Amino acid sequence: MVAATFRFTVDGIDIEAVPGQSILEACDIAGIYIPRLCYHPDLEPGGNCRVCTCNVNGRNVAACITPASHGMRVENNTKLLTDDRRSVIEMLFVEGEHPCPYCVASGDCELQALGYRLGMAAPTQPYQWPRRKIDTTHPDITLDHNRCILCSRCIRASRMADGKTVFGFDGRGITMTLNVDAQGGLGNTQMAAIDKAAHVCPVACIVINRDSYRVPNGRRRFDARPIGSDIEARRKP
Amino acid sequence: MTPGDTVTVEAIVAEFAADRSRLLDIVETVQSRYGYVSDAAVQVIAAGLRIHSVEVEDMLSFYAFFDRHPRGRVRIRLSKTPISIMKGATDVAHAFEAALGIDMGEDTPDGAFTLQWTSDIGMADQEPAALVNGMVLTAIKPGDVPTIVAALRQHDFQQSHGQPIPNAGVKSSLVQAGPLLSGPSAAGESLIAALALTPDQVIEVISASKLRGRGGAGFPTGTKWRLTRKSKGQNHYVACNADEGEPGTFKDRVLLSEFPHLVFDGMTIAGYALGARHGLVYLRGEYAYLWDALQAALKTRRRQGLLGSNVCGHVGFDFDIRIQLGAGAYICGEESSMIESLEGKRGAPRDRPPFPTERGYLQQPTAVDNVETYVCAARIMAMGAAWFRGYGTAASSGTKLMGVSGDCERPGVYEVPFGITVNELLDLTGGADAAYVQVSGPSGQSVAPKDFGRRIAYEDLSTGGSTMVFGPQRDVLAVALQFAEFFVDESCGWCVPCRVGTTLLRQGMEKIVVGRATLADIMATETLANTVVRMSRCGLGQTAPNPILTTMRSFPELYEARMQSGSFVPRVTLSEALADAVQVQGRQPVAEDI
Repeated sequence: MVAATFRFTVDGIDIEAVPGQSILEACDIAGIYIPRLCYHPDLEPGGNCRVCTCNVNGRNVAACITPASHGMRVENNTKLLTDDRRSVIEMLFVEGEHPCPYCVASGDCELQALGYRLGMAAPTQPYQWPRRKIDTTHPDITLDHNRCILCSRCIRASRMADGKTVFGFDGRGITMTLNVDAQGGLGNTQMAAIDKAAHVCPVACIVINRDSYRVPNGRRRFDARPIGSDIEARRKP
Repeated sequence: MTPGDTVTVEAIVAEFAADRSRLLDIVETVQSRYGYVSDAAVQVIAAGLRIHSVEVEDMLSFYAFFDRHPRGRVRIRLSKTPISIMKGATDVAHAFEAALGIDMGEDTPDGAFTLQWTSDIGMADQEPAALVNGMVLTAIKPGDVPTIVAALRQHDFQQSHGQPIPNAGVKSSLVQAGPLLSGPSAAGESLIAALALTPDQVIEVISASKLRGRGGAGFPTGTKWRLTRKSKGQNHYVACNADEGEPGTFKDRVLLSEFPHLVFDGMTIAGYALGARHGLVYLRGEYAYLWDALQAALKTRRRQGLLGSNVCGHVGFDFDIRIQLGAGAYICGEESSMIESLEGKRGAPRDRPPFPTERGYLQQPTAVDNVETYVCAARIMAMGAAWFRGYGTAASSGTKLMGVSGDCERPGVYEVPFGITVNELLDLTGGADAAYVQVSGPSGQSVAPKDFGRRIAYEDLSTGGSTMVFGPQRDVLAVALQFAEFFVDESCGWCVPCRVGTTLLRQGMEKIVVGRATLADIMATETLANTVVRMSRCGLGQTAPNPILTTMRSFPELYEARMQSGSFVPRVTLSEALADAVQVQGRQPVAEDI
């Protein structure tokens, strides 16, 4: 049985969706890019970063976890939303340590790419200089907590895709960090470099050892084209 | 951990039927047995529940009342709020520091005492107050402290005997009862009235009364009950939000200690109306001292047939109530966080939809209502919808319990009709000199004298009941900064705008208060505050900037008075920035270096 489709608009553009789709999923298929960070197409949405916040019928909601429904009026590409999204990205830059010029993820980093796409020149908020650990206990994976943006992708991937539950949160608020399922560090967990959880990190928190420069700087995903270009290429004129 | 301890922790897990959703209770029991939850205990709990240790840690690291390492046997948690500070909590803290020979946040070397600050504990009318191993000390004066410490040294908390502790105990706070709380209210009276109707008729009466949620959000209770009743599920649940955490509010404490049967009547009526068999009370950890009395009240009700099978002889209506104790997290007053916590998880809010009325506790339809809402519902069943509508305004029917504290002569709980002005409330409480009133707690509004003619009602100043009064001698912006700090401590951390934004706002406010902010800084803080409002996931983040935004609107002249001219003043002075270098080098910089 084919589910009945319905329609809604995003910035005045008419879009088709099927029941069960989120606003973000429907827009992805239609070729309309909603900036997002913690969302990953292979994982359940987490709703952590709020970058995909859109205004729906006058109310702000996260597009990744909000079901699309018939007749919705969604605002996505507005100055106010872009300013707010840039501000959220800035918050992440000052919360952790994100030195793009010498970071292994540069060019492949979704945080950096969103900074460029949303027009962030340099953070205007004060750096928080956290003192977090670098976990090198695993032979194949380095876990640099200073880079972690607490997006929960690895937590979701490890729990659902890998069935291992290697990751969780620790603490709350501004002192919250990523925790692993063992005393003594990642090396004592069930984590393996082939796990889904090792390949969904949007930044350089979870890094596969001896593999970081297989693609050199300058030829990486976001070096040539802005983040979201692949989605926008699907758009039918 | 000895083999004996392993057996003990395993027995605790078994006591809760190795039920994952009771993890909060399991950890609470281990914490109270050992004073902390060790790594080894985490392993035993995880093994017993067949979950990962990281999941146990995810939950337990969230709550302020759990420890991973041993702390003092006597835990003194002194309440830190603008009201407690106004009433002398800082001097009390110094007195404790002197008596124990440690600083706030430290343990005595002998492991006997831990001294620390905590967020509001619901005693705003009798500050300075402290929690000591679940016991409450109130109206503490610095001079009382040596005697308190001496008595605590002798006290056996396991057996709870020893010499009496000075200042222990909470005094009754009800100053003025109105129609809601002054009528006759025998246990079960209103419940029997409700059981004479059909469930649909009960909902109709509640709808006709125009009762709205007393936590402050004001959702129509009849509509909520109808939606929950209509939702399909294996079980329906009635949840009572007794996580009264908004600084300055304490009216639910009065209801739970003096009118528990009205609360339980209301919940049981809701259970009947919704078709629920289970009720849950989420009691904030700070109110643990009410635990025994509430359990005794439930026991009495079971004996009287007001709970259990065939309630009041009504064949087929089975209902019972469980109390879940919280563990120190303001966010758990947010209904979806409360549900997560009830399920034994960290209190992170859920995205909506689905709403709890559809999928709440254990993914089943759940009606979450405030303590006072249940009391109102109970009295409406006994007295009728028209009686209730006879009080208040057209859009806000009935009366409201207001907890008033601060610079007023008669702090306490007042039952007043909706529509009362701030001025009238101040006259009633002896706060006529007020220069600033914080309505509905830090997440509410800062009200200046020019607005004291505004009304307490959903259509004007909506409130959960917290009313903090500040006289002309108080520093409004310093209070706003304290509120900003409160939200830093209480942000759950799940979403970025609230987790990081609350810290950045506190820093922005700090710069303003110390007089180092320019107009550009103040405007940047306002812009950031509005972003946090628009982008945060739940009510906590969406209202956390309110103390800053509403004081900017109500008291612009105070911001102007502290503002620096020019375009830029650094956050730290040059000498502060160089302090570390001066320390290391052992010399002051010479002029041309700078």
